[in-house]
Amino acid sequence: MLARTVESLGIPTVTVTMMPDVAQKYRLSRIVGVEFPFGSSFGMPNDEAMQLKVARAAVQALEEAGAPGYRLDVDIEWPVPTEVAYRAWQPTEPSPIVAMMLRARRGQ
Amino acid sequence: MTVDSWKFLPRMMRPTFENLPAIAEPPVWTPLSRPVHRCTIALMSSAGVYLKDSQPSFDVEREKNEPTWGDPGYRIIPSDVRQDQVACSHLHLSNAGALEDVNVVFPIRAFRKLAAEAAIGKLADEHYSFMGYQQAGCESWRTNQGPELAARLKEHAVDVLLLAPA
Repeated sequence: MLARTVESLGIPTVTVTMMPDVAQKYRLSRIVGVEFPFGSSFGMPNDEAMQLKVARAAVQALEEAGAPGYRLDVDIEWPVPTEVAYRAWQPTEPSPIVAMMLRARRGQ
Repeated sequence: MTVDSWKFLPRMMRPTFENLPAIAEPPVWTPLSRPVHRCTIALMSSAGVYLKDSQPSFDVEREKNEPTWGDPGYRIIPSDVRQDQVACSHLHLSNAGALEDVNVVFPIRAFRKLAAEAAIGKLADEHYSFMGYQQAGCESWRTNQGPELAARLKEHAVDVLLLAPA
């Protein structure tokens, strides 16, 4: 939503996102997709090569996009087993909204 | 490779996001005013990063009391930020990656390298940190912080904003 607001006010944007399909639903201008866990949009800590590859993809998107809805997916496989990474990014405690939803489901 | 948007999303949440309709509003588009290799680029993260010795954290206590509310404010992060200055306040994901290397959410080191290669013009002097959990509709972002950020970007002669949602 911030991307749309800023772009509508005259500043070009490029969005690097783990959910490029959702970014497309929001009709963002330039989308770079990364198949990374949440909280790690530019890659693994201290992996400069990975982070630079994502940054280069963002620059490529800026160079190539000629109309809104441009999408470029970065070809990097997250180097941690999926089931481990699936849990590792999640907070140690449920967020307040998730806790509230769980309580409602249990009828509390 | 086509990115699987749902790969790391909690499985029970997938239908919610996958079945989202596209928004009714038309796309927005601003072309670049100059070639990328001459652009000043600012970075924005929604990982809840802040400078622990000089900035307040995002208001997670209020969010705990009002679970449908998220702090809409933002923090200014300088381009010479050091890892030992960084803290995170975000209740919806682990902050471990950013606390080990802030470049996973603020890729300043990578963009500094791109500037040295002349792939971009330069990094802006300041960058922006938000906390990505927001009240449905993001009304405050639309009406307050978004326009404020755009004005700030123009004041600092920023040509492009790169957003990296957490």
